[in-house]
Amino acid sequence: MTNSAIRFDKVSRYFGDVKAVDAVDLEINDGEFFSMLGPSGSGKTTCLRMIAGFDRPTSGSIHLYGQEVSDLPPYDRDVNTVFQDYALFPHMTVGDNIAYGLMIKRVPKTERAKRLDEILDLVQLAGFAARKPSQLSGGQRQRVALARALINHPKVLLLDEPLGALDLKLRQQMQVELKSIQKRVGITFIFVTHDQEEALTMSDRIAVFNQGKIEQIGSPSDVYERPASSFVAGFVGTSNLVSGEVAKRITGSDQKFSIRPEKIHLGSASDVLTETMYKANGTVRDVIYLGLYTRYLVSLDDGGDLVVIEQNLKTTSMDVLKARDQKVVLFWEKDHISRVGG
Amino acid sequence: MRSKSYGDKASLGLKIGAIGTLLFLHVPLWVIFLYSFTTDESTYSFPLPGLTTKWFGVALQRTDLWDALKLSLQVASLATVAALILGTLAAAAVYRSNFFGRDAVSFLLVLPIALPGIVTGIALRSAIGSLEIPFSFWTIIIGHATFCVVVVYNNVLARFRRMQSSQIEASMDLGANSFQTFRYIVLPNIATALLAGGMLAFALSFDEVIVTTFTAGQQSTLPIWIFSQLVRPRDRPVTNVVATIVILITFLPIFFAQKISAESSDTEGETK
Amino acid sequence: MNRLSTFFYKRPALVTLLLLAIPMLYMIVVYLGSLFALLLNSFYFLEEFTGLVVKEFTLSTYVQLFKPTNLGIFGRTAGMALAVTIMDALIAFPLSYYIAKFASRRLRTYLYIAVTLPLWSSYLVRVYAWKLILSKEGILSWFVNLFHLNSLLDALLSLPGIGGSSLSLSPIGMFIAFCYIWLPYMIVPIQTALERVPKSLLEASSDLGAKPSQTFRNVILPLAFPGVIAGSIFTFSLTLGDFIVPQSLGNSRFFIGQAVYSHQGTSGNIPLAAAFTMGPVVIMVVYLLIARKLGAFDAL
Repeated sequence: MTNSAIRFDKVSRYFGDVKAVDAVDLEINDGEFFSMLGPSGSGKTTCLRMIAGFDRPTSGSIHLYGQEVSDLPPYDRDVNTVFQDYALFPHMTVGDNIAYGLMIKRVPKTERAKRLDEILDLVQLAGFAARKPSQLSGGQRQRVALARALINHPKVLLLDEPLGALDLKLRQQMQVELKSIQKRVGITFIFVTHDQEEALTMSDRIAVFNQGKIEQIGSPSDVYERPASSFVAGFVGTSNLVSGEVAKRITGSDQKFSIRPEKIHLGSASDVLTETMYKANGTVRDVIYLGLYTRYLVSLDDGGDLVVIEQNLKTTSMDVLKARDQKVVLFWEKDHISRVGG
Repeated sequence: MRSKSYGDKASLGLKIGAIGTLLFLHVPLWVIFLYSFTTDESTYSFPLPGLTTKWFGVALQRTDLWDALKLSLQVASLATVAALILGTLAAAAVYRSNFFGRDAVSFLLVLPIALPGIVTGIALRSAIGSLEIPFSFWTIIIGHATFCVVVVYNNVLARFRRMQSSQIEASMDLGANSFQTFRYIVLPNIATALLAGGMLAFALSFDEVIVTTFTAGQQSTLPIWIFSQLVRPRDRPVTNVVATIVILITFLPIFFAQKISAESSDTEGETK
Repeated sequence: MNRLSTFFYKRPALVTLLLLAIPMLYMIVVYLGSLFALLLNSFYFLEEFTGLVVKEFTLSTYVQLFKPTNLGIFGRTAGMALAVTIMDALIAFPLSYYIAKFASRRLRTYLYIAVTLPLWSSYLVRVYAWKLILSKEGILSWFVNLFHLNSLLDALLSLPGIGGSSLSLSPIGMFIAFCYIWLPYMIVPIQTALERVPKSLLEASSDLGAKPSQTFRNVILPLAFPGVIAGSIFTFSLTLGDFIVPQSLGNSRFFIGQAVYSHQGTSGNIPLAAAFTMGPVVIMVVYLLIARKLGAFDAL
């Protein structure tokens, strides 16, 4: 309990009739890299803004290291934010931007200069202090925004889709860098993103948001391997959802379950199955050759479709295309399914 | 090929038309400049019978002109200050919120320049008259402020809209309270807009005659002095000199104000 | 300081209200109040015998507006405003078009300044310039002489209704001065409207087989139209209410502005002056409503 950096108790935020955040309970641990993942409009950004203090909950309370902060303005919270559009001050140099928080807190000039140098080293921008933000590239602006927040040693750092504006290569590089910076400074990071891959690579834990509620909180592997709901199964990676009569024929229970396409083997009637496996018969309807792997769409004899992904270990495009309209047997480990609600 | 590269080159006719319009806009101002050196005292004869600079000296000696100039500068300064305060407050309020009346605010502010000056003038005169307030220096300023506000308002509001709103949040996030945020972030962001709006408001007031004739008592601003010369020319050569000086005085602030506005909207285009 | 800041931070509506209060109070009390006083005055009347304004509700002042001389003033002024508006639209178009679609970025900034500089620089001085140019012994006459066009000018000046003893004392002279003075107000909105037309639209038109002249007529002109309407708000309104130009360059036949000026001044007949201004006010309000329908406000 004492270890929690942020605690939400039944926090709601309504905009008129719209429930942007709906009675959310949440606990984020000290020193953790925590991601809020969800589509736009799911409430993740509103949660972040309430932690920062730009927005206030309609009801419920937010605690920051045990202190109730729901009613405090942003400047009275030990929390800093990296904005989606960076929000660098265009009329100030990079150095003045980064030292802004220290200037406001009247930190002596010599100490300011010292801390500025340290932080510039940390984000690999030594020598850039005198430039204006307009003279920087997107990746550099991103680092300035990060440095401007980190120099204040906040208790919690909030990151609002900070990598969204970068191109793919830079984004992947920044993902690694962010993670390593977080490890070095030991500050709790709360990272908002709609990119599931980003959340999976960087986070200690992920909260998946949908329609103002949290669908699931867990480690990346939990969320991926054991999605708690059909929404999570569909939003994080791709998943097959099987329910009703078809589910009953396969597993003996009509409870809905999800199974990842890469866990399914594509075989024939001659394959011998063990006790630990489920199987289903079907016909290949469509084959999409994607180089690294091939995606098959299989219609089950009992009804419904399953997507199957197989790595192209030995096969070539000529081989896989022959599979079209073939009768196949699908099988997978019983452990690999998740029973999902909703 | 012609059809593919539509609009790369202006046709000759268009160029001639454009240059013609530009000349039409500017040549008359050169004419005034020329006439301020004429030796002709009683008519506007052309070609000029001779050239002299003596009228500049004569104009400098005229105390009525100096008084009028002084009054105009005082009125314009105070009207500009009033417009800066009122216009900035209104722009900030409209920018901050999406309340239902924001169109009404813009409409109300633009009304004094959208309606003919004579309407504003006679309206103020009848109101001031009904309240039996004596017409004075201050009634002129009250009148000028009504139509100067919109210039500042438009400039500042446009700048607010170009400013990333996250900047304000970022400043507060970094520990600055509302007042500090205004001082360190908002003010520097709108500074040049204030400068441009202020200079234009100044030029507008310095130059105004219609509303002034209705709100002034016995005071004579520089435009009122010129107007009296327009209707009944008595000091033609001195008027020529005054006209030239007025052009020169207003030229620089307007030029810089326009350059600021034009450039700041241009940089916006670049970043997008 | 922090506590005061926090007090306001939690009450954003209060802050907006406070910000708005002073300018709105000023505009509502001073400006709308004055307009209301004006409206009120137009329902009073001037006792001819005593020369005093009687503060009793009457429509008799408005009835006076319908005397033939006064109707003539309205007609003359509106006609002039319309003629000036049309002429300005015609003169403005080539320059606006050039600035919006052909000028380089740098040139555009300077051309924009070249257009707006006269707009902001002294209006009186610019009227004065035409007094110089149009006078009997002035530059224009000299050029007319040079090209032996005297008979043409004389024929023009002898036209009833628009002629006069010289260009500087005739409706023609006023027309030229009005066109000159309000021209920048027409150029800027048209240019703004044209700048919003993406070049790809023109390319699409020519790609679909339109000749440049067809593209101009079918694409550019309709899209520039809101700009023309926006500009016309100024040229029309400003001409309606002006009394400087008629006073300086006109003849003895009054325009609305002069009528208002002289009624309130010499005869102290503020009610009649007020009723006179209601003419332009009504015309402009109707005009603004139509202009808004036509989308002109976006081009302002």
